[in-house]
Amino acid sequence: MRAKAKAIKSSSADILDLRLYIAGQTPKSLAAISNLKKICADYLDSRYRIEVIDLSKNPALARDHQILAIPTLVRSLPVPIRKIIGDLSNTEQVVLGLDLQPSESKRSRTWSG
Amino acid sequence: MAKKTNFSSASELKALQKTPTGIRGLDEITDGGLPKGRTTIVCGGPGCGKTMAGIEFLVRGALEFNEPGVLLAFEETPEEMATNVASLGFDLHDLANRKKLFVDYIPVEPSQIAETGAYDLEGLFLRLQDAVDRVGAKRVLLDTVEALFSGFSNSGILRAEFRRLFRWLKDRGLTTIVTAERGDTTLTREGLEEYVSDCVILLDHRINEQVSARRMRIVKYRGTRHGADEYPFLIEEHGISILPVTGLQLQHSVSDERVPSGVPDLDEMLEGKGYFRGSSILLSGTAGSGKTTLAASFADATCRRGERCLFIAFEESSNQVARNMKSVGIDLQQWSEKGLLVHEAWRPTQYGIETHLLRIHKLIDKVKPQSVILDPITNLINSSSQKEVHSMLVRLMDHLKSAQITALFASLTAGGGALEKTSEGISSLADTWILLRDLELNGERNRCLYVLKSRGMAHSNQLREFVLTDTGVHLVPAYLGPGGVLTGSSRLAQEAREKAEARSREQQAGRKKQELDSKRLALKAQIALLQAEFSAVEREAEEVSREYEEREEALECDRRNMAKSRASLQENVIELQAAPGRAD
Repeated sequence: MRAKAKAIKSSSADILDLRLYIAGQTPKSLAAISNLKKICADYLDSRYRIEVIDLSKNPALARDHQILAIPTLVRSLPVPIRKIIGDLSNTEQVVLGLDLQPSESKRSRTWSG
Repeated sequence: MAKKTNFSSASELKALQKTPTGIRGLDEITDGGLPKGRTTIVCGGPGCGKTMAGIEFLVRGALEFNEPGVLLAFEETPEEMATNVASLGFDLHDLANRKKLFVDYIPVEPSQIAETGAYDLEGLFLRLQDAVDRVGAKRVLLDTVEALFSGFSNSGILRAEFRRLFRWLKDRGLTTIVTAERGDTTLTREGLEEYVSDCVILLDHRINEQVSARRMRIVKYRGTRHGADEYPFLIEEHGISILPVTGLQLQHSVSDERVPSGVPDLDEMLEGKGYFRGSSILLSGTAGSGKTTLAASFADATCRRGERCLFIAFEESSNQVARNMKSVGIDLQQWSEKGLLVHEAWRPTQYGIETHLLRIHKLIDKVKPQSVILDPITNLINSSSQKEVHSMLVRLMDHLKSAQITALFASLTAGGGALEKTSEGISSLADTWILLRDLELNGERNRCLYVLKSRGMAHSNQLREFVLTDTGVHLVPAYLGPGGVLTGSSRLAQEAREKAEARSREQQAGRKKQELDSKRLALKAQIALLQAEFSAVEREAEEVSREYEEREEALECDRRNMAKSRASLQENVIELQAAPGRAD
């Protein structure tokens, strides 16, 4: 119903810039990466870019980007910037936090179903 | 730079190593500093100086002990911090440029963060590690790490991460200060003391009768002895100053040197030499008994020797003292102009007792005087309780003694109070106690002075009258009359009486002398007369003997002539016999 209320814009402005900050290949980091990929695939088709930044290789970036918790997901575009911390295991909260709308295929599926 | 604690040698191997903070007084009450390589919690309410203490720890470490530091700021931006501590003379930018300090600002904004699933604070660790590596830090300040609790909702994770953080800091041997807000029932709002149990310092800022006082207490310091009292401290232009009771040890070096009191007559009562250098002198007396004048004389004498004197007045302004002292021939103005006399005056009620003490300490540090005068200490009671004043004075005396500064305290004895008692209860601490009192006799009050005690010298036991003249203070031996000690006009009357007696004695003696003189003259005349008689007799005797001689001579002559004539007669006889018939 929500999707119906909002018109879908498929312009380039809709592309999400996502950065996932991890520190080494820890279980939490790996879980976050796979969770994020799954959510994006489910909700965003190709309307996203994911950059995984390993802070253990460049700790100064943690300061520059004001990262404390690991893993942290940052939606830098569209503004406003949003931050989600944790291994992203709670999909609903991630969707809410990133203010995501279901992808077109999903929507149609939802629509038809 | 760590200092071993003073425990017995057997335990020295295991003794806790310490990192000096460089904060004035803190190293003394912690017996060397904070535990090296461990975490110390500094907690307290808002505005009590936690952050200041932490920053001074870092700055002193960087500047004085060559231990660079890292500051993780959770509440204030580096700019704000730098501005805040610039007033204390700390230049954080300069330290950062010289790679002595690294400041990382970690804003915690709860609204921006959503939480999904498990996480940790590895980012914080990475940042800290990076900062420590950049400057080779030995010291860390986390200010105020509890702010994280407002940014993250999962306190279980946070607590685990705090535990890990303190362990991490300890493993790396970083001497750390963690500042924390004081909780209602716990030392810190979030119970951080659970994780950090080596050293907890509590700061307090309280208002007592409209006077603010900051205090510091070491709640806990595992593995070492430490001062357990509440110590007053100040945040002032050169950082934090804590006032430890240095008088825990009585080990002052003592001087045999004597310093004149400025009143020659008083010096005479003190073996003719005056006070010992570095001793504490207590001048107590009733109102108007001349305490300030005696104190000013001492100030004058100090400056006359070319030494510096610090005169702290709680009752009169410096100008007033200078004017008043001119009337007794003491020119304090000249010493002020030469910079030898530093005259400070402030109201006793202006500050709390600790602030007084700190101000005095600071002045002493600045002026570096050889003599300090406090006039009068009595009024300090107004700003605090007697116990506090006593402890302050003990600390002050102690400080002055260790610095070999001769200290003179004037104390007002309340009317009707026991004379040989000071309201501050410091008489036992003073080395020399001079008592000034008024004697009421024959309708007048006169000042009297006596040396009640003076350690280490054979002082006079006499009561002297204390006379203020336009050439300074004079001490006149008091007269003992039938009605007691005579002072003032009774003394003058007695003096006059004695003078009259002396005069009459003198007159008598004069008369006697005259008498004798005339007698002597008479005798002399007699002698002259006799002498004249004598010489007359002598002359007569001479004449007699001469006459006799002449007569004898004449007789001789006659005899000879006679003989001669007899001889010619005989010849005639013979001739006659030869021609008989012719004679008859």
